[in-house]
Amino acid sequence: MKFGQPSTLPRWAQLSVLPVLNLLAALLVTGFVTWLIGEDPWECLQLLVSGAFGSGEGIGYTLFYTTGFIFTGLAVATAFHAGLFNIGGEGQAYLAGLGVTLVVLAFDHTLPPLVLVPLCILAAMGFGAAWAFIPGWLQAKRGSHIVVTTIMFNFIAYSLMLYLIGHHLIEAGSQNPTTREFGHNAWIPALHQLAAGVGIELPNTPLNLTFIMALLACVLFYLLVWHSRWGFQLRTVGVNESAARYAGINVSKTIMLAMCISGALSGFAAINELLGSTHRMNVSFTNGVGFVGIAVALMGRNHPVGIILSALLFGGLTQGGLELSFEKPVITREMIIFIQGLIILFCGALENLFEPFIAGLFKRKEDK
Amino acid sequence: MEQWLSLLDSTIRVATPLVLAALAGMFSERSGVVDIGLEGKMLVAAFASGAAAFVTHSPWLGLLAGVMAAVSMAMVHAFVSVTYNGNQLISGMAINTIASGITPVLGLAWFQQGGNTPQLDDDSRFHDITLPFADALSNVPVLGQLYSKLLSGHSILVYLTILIIPLVSWVVYRSRFGLRLRAVGENPHAADTAGVSVARVRYIALFWGGVLCGMAGTFLSVYQTGSFIKEMTAGKGFLALAALIFGKWRPLPAVLGCLLFAFADALQIRLEGVDLPIVGQIPSQAIQVIPYVLTVLLLAGFVGRAVAPKSIGVPFVKSR
Repeated sequence: MKFGQPSTLPRWAQLSVLPVLNLLAALLVTGFVTWLIGEDPWECLQLLVSGAFGSGEGIGYTLFYTTGFIFTGLAVATAFHAGLFNIGGEGQAYLAGLGVTLVVLAFDHTLPPLVLVPLCILAAMGFGAAWAFIPGWLQAKRGSHIVVTTIMFNFIAYSLMLYLIGHHLIEAGSQNPTTREFGHNAWIPALHQLAAGVGIELPNTPLNLTFIMALLACVLFYLLVWHSRWGFQLRTVGVNESAARYAGINVSKTIMLAMCISGALSGFAAINELLGSTHRMNVSFTNGVGFVGIAVALMGRNHPVGIILSALLFGGLTQGGLELSFEKPVITREMIIFIQGLIILFCGALENLFEPFIAGLFKRKEDK
Repeated sequence: MEQWLSLLDSTIRVATPLVLAALAGMFSERSGVVDIGLEGKMLVAAFASGAAAFVTHSPWLGLLAGVMAAVSMAMVHAFVSVTYNGNQLISGMAINTIASGITPVLGLAWFQQGGNTPQLDDDSRFHDITLPFADALSNVPVLGQLYSKLLSGHSILVYLTILIIPLVSWVVYRSRFGLRLRAVGENPHAADTAGVSVARVRYIALFWGGVLCGMAGTFLSVYQTGSFIKEMTAGKGFLALAALIFGKWRPLPAVLGCLLFAFADALQIRLEGVDLPIVGQIPSQAIQVIPYVLTVLLLAGFVGRAVAPKSIGVPFVKSR
C-alpha cells in the first residue's frame, strides 16, 4: 500500500525525523485541547511522564501495558506488510481470550503449570488465528474487502462473547458478567515474583513473563519479515500483488497465512491480560488493545524497533494518563483515546505531511 | 394490528439515523472515497448538537452545530483522501478514534456530567409532530390507523429524511452532479479527461456526506434521547455502512437495508425473554449479529454479490 506523497528523504530520516515531527504535531493539538478545557498543558505533561516513568511501580505498569501493545502492533504490522489493513485485532484478541478461558476452565485443577500455560498460549494463538483466517480467506478467495469484513467480525465477536459470558461462562451465582477466577496453575508468574526468587526486590505490578515473550516476538518478527523466504514473499505481495503473482508467488496463500499470524499475535494480548493480570475473563477485558495496535504499527512504521518504541509510548500514555486523571479529574482515559486518534491521523494518514518543510535541509547538506 | 404498528413505528425511529448515515456514505463511496468514518462523524455531530441545543435552547441551532461539526470532520477526511492522496481507511479510523476521544473530554470539561451533555428541556428538543387529521382518522380501520399511528407522530427530522431519500436518488441518477459523481467513482481518469475536476466532485460529495451525518447525529441526541451520551452511536455508523454494502451502493436498496436492520433491532427488543414456539428463547445477541453476518456473506458473494464502485479507495493522481 503506497499512499501519500512519496518521500525523497534519506531512509534514516524517514524513519526518525518524520515520525517525531508527526508525534509533535499530535501532541501540539492535544496541548491545545488541554489548554482549551482550562488546564496547563505543560503541568499535565510533567504529571503524565512522572506517572508513567517516575517510580518503579509506574514503570512496571507502563511495561505491562506496553506488552499488549507490542503484540497487537506486530499483528497489525504483519498484515500491513502484505498490504492488508487488519482492523480486527480487537475481535481476534477477544476470541483468543475465549480459547484461553475454555482451556483454563477445563484443566486448571488437573494439569501442572508447565503444561497448562503453553496449552493456553496455543489456544490463544489458534483462536486468534482462526478468527483472522476467515476474513483472510474471504479476501483471498472471494474478493471481499478485508477492512469491512474485519470490522464486521469485531462486532460479531463482541456479540458472541457477550452471549457466551452472559449465558454459559458466567461464574455461578455472580451478577457481574465474568468467569470464575482461574486456578493458580494458569497464572503466568509476574516479574516481581521471579525477581524475588533470586533475591531482587521489584515493586508489585502485573508486569509478567509475557513481556519477555513480546521482545522475543519482535526478534522473530524481524527475522521472519526481512530474513526469510516467506517474508520476502509477504513483502512482495504487499508492494505489488500482480508482480508477486507473476513471479510465481501463491498470493492467496500468503494473504491467508499473514492474517493467521496477525491473529495469533493479537491472541498474545489476551494472554498478557488474562493469565498475567486479571486471572478471570470479563466482557471488556480487551479494552481497545487491538485498536491501539493500529496506532502503534503506523507510528512504528511496521518495524519491530519502531513498534517497541511506540508501544512504550502508548504504555506510558495509558499508565501516565491514569495517574494524571487522579490529579486532574477533568482529564480522563478518553484524552488518551483522543491522542491515539491524532497519532493515527498524523503518523498514518498524513505520514509525510512535513516532508516539504524539511526536505530543503537535507538537499543543502547533499550539495555541500 | 396494534403490536405490528408499534413495531413498525419503532422501526422507522431506529432506521432514520441509519438511513441518513447510509446515504452519507453513499455520496462519499460513490465518488471513490472509502468512508469508514461515518461512526465518528455521527458521534461528533451528536455531541455538538446536544451541546449547542443546550446552550442556545434551540434545536435548530443544535442541528446547525451538529452539521458543522460533522462537515469539519468530513473536510479533514477530504484533505487526507483528495488533496494529500493519503490512505482513506486509516483516515476514517483516525476520525472514529478522535471522535470517541474528544467528545467525552470536552463534555466533561464543559458540563461536568461524566462526559455527557445535560438533559435538554422541552423547548430545546425536536418534538413529535402530529400530522393534520391524525386524531380524527385514528378510528378508521387500516388506512386511518396506518396514517395516524405510523406516519404521524414523528420528529421533523424523520419527515425530512423521507423527503431526502427520493431527492438523493434523483441527484445520483438524474442530475449532472450525480453523473459526475458516479463517473469519478468508477473511472476518475476518464472523468478527468472529459474536463471534470475529480477533486472538486469528491470534496462536494464528502461535504454532503458530512451534512447527512450531522443530521443523523443530531437525531440521536437532540431528538431521541434528549442529551448526548458517551459513545451513543454504538456502532450505528458501521451498521449504516453495512446497509450501504447490502444495498450495493445504491440509494433505495440501501434504505431498504437500513429498514431491514432497524426492523431486526426493533424486533429484538420485543423478543427479549419471550418464549417462542419450537426454538424457545432467542438470545438478543443472535438478532443483533444478523446485519453483520449478512454483510459478510453478501460481500463474499454467498448471497448475491456486492461490487463496490471501481476506483474506491484509490487516490486519484492526475496523469501527465
